[in-house]
Order: sequence, then structure tokens, then C-alpha cells
Amino acid sequence: MILTFDFILILFLFISAIASITIKDLLSAVIILGAYSFFMCLLWAQMAAVDVAFTEASVSAGIGTVLFIGAVSKTERRSKD
Amino acid sequence: MIQKSDDVIVRTVARSLMPFILIYGLYVVMHGHYSPGGGFQGGVILAAGFVLLTVTQGIERTRQHMSQKTACVISSVGLLIYAGIGALCLILGGRYLDYGRLSQLLQVDQPTARSLGILGVEIGVALGVMAVMCIIFFSIFAADETE
Repeated sequence: MILTFDFILILFLFISAIASITIKDLLSAVIILGAYSFFMCLLWAQMAAVDVAFTEASVSAGIGTVLFIGAVSKTERRSKD
Repeated sequence: MIQKSDDVIVRTVARSLMPFILIYGLYVVMHGHYSPGGGFQGGVILAAGFVLLTVTQGIERTRQHMSQKTACVISSVGLLIYAGIGALCLILGGRYLDYGRLSQLLQVDQPTARSLGILGVEIGVALGVMAVMCIIFFSIFAADETE
């Protein structure tokens, strides 16, 4: 049962990782990267590394998203390539 | 760049949430040595409180609480606490950050001295991380004020 939960988390992790590097709208990419960080945090907690999960949640999903949004607001919102 | 929010609900909720965020950050720092958390995570949570204050109250209001100069001083004090405790252990005859040697200075037994040493180092790390995160955030979002 826990293994099923693991596979669901990994599936969502892959989907959000691929979506964040293929999407053209950079603001959406930042938000999906935040979702990726949160799934990674759940996986760390599932693997009993609570301290790493805490760091992932606070740094990557918290402050990192804010700083990326600031960087996107300084440049263009659409990706060129 | 960031103006004060027009919505009274957003401003009131953020203002009433701010003390709880700061208390939670202090809890994470203080319990870092025997539960998940520590100086780095606690400092980031404290900085997130200032980010929330900036987004809702505008950057001018936050500057009154945490100006560039204050942030620089706090980050330097944090580094001084970390390096000072390490060098103090060196002076007392141990290795760098060998907290057991602090028992001579604090007049307590060695396990208690180690616990207090880790707590001091984590407070230093939390102060440094909080101030540097605030500096990074301000310098990204306030860059076009100088242009």
C-alpha cells in the first residue's frame, strides 16, 4: 500500500518535472517547479529523511518560488525558443 | 516596485499571521538539535515572514523594520556568533567547534555544554540566513527603483 503511494508520488514528480521544462509560459513554469519541489519534499518525508524534506519545503517551495517570480517579472514572461 | 495591497482582507490576515510565522521560525531554531529543523530552515522561515510583510504592506513599510544596513549588521553578527563559538573552542584547547571544551567556561557538565554550543551555533546561522535572504529578496525586487 505504501509502495503504491510511492509510485503515485514518483509519477506526479515526473509529470511536473517534464511540464516545467517544456512549458512556454515562464510564470507557469515557476509555479509547476514549486509543485515539483513539494512532491520531492513528500518523497523525502516518505523515505524518512524529514530534515531534508523540511529544507526542501522551506527553501525550494517557499523562498525559491518567490525569487524566481521576481526574476520572471524583471524579464519577459514568454520563452523565445 | 511592490505597492501596498489594496485589499483590506489580505492586509489584515497577513498582519495577524506574521507573529505566528515568527514564533514558528523561532521554534524550529530552538528545537533544531533534537528534532527536524535547525538554523538554516528556521532562518528561511523567519525571512519568509518578512517576504509576506513586503508583499502585503509594500516595500517602504518593510524597510522601516529591516533596512539594508540593519540586514548587513545582523548577517555579520550571525557570522560572528558562529565563528566566535568555533574559535572559543579553539582557544580553550579543543578543535574548531569542539563544544565539549565549553564546559570549563559555562561551569556545566560536558553533554549540557555540547547542547548549548550547538544551540548557540544554530542561533548564529539563523540570524545570518534570515538577513542574507532579506538582502537577496530586497535587491531583486527593489532593483528598478534606482534605475
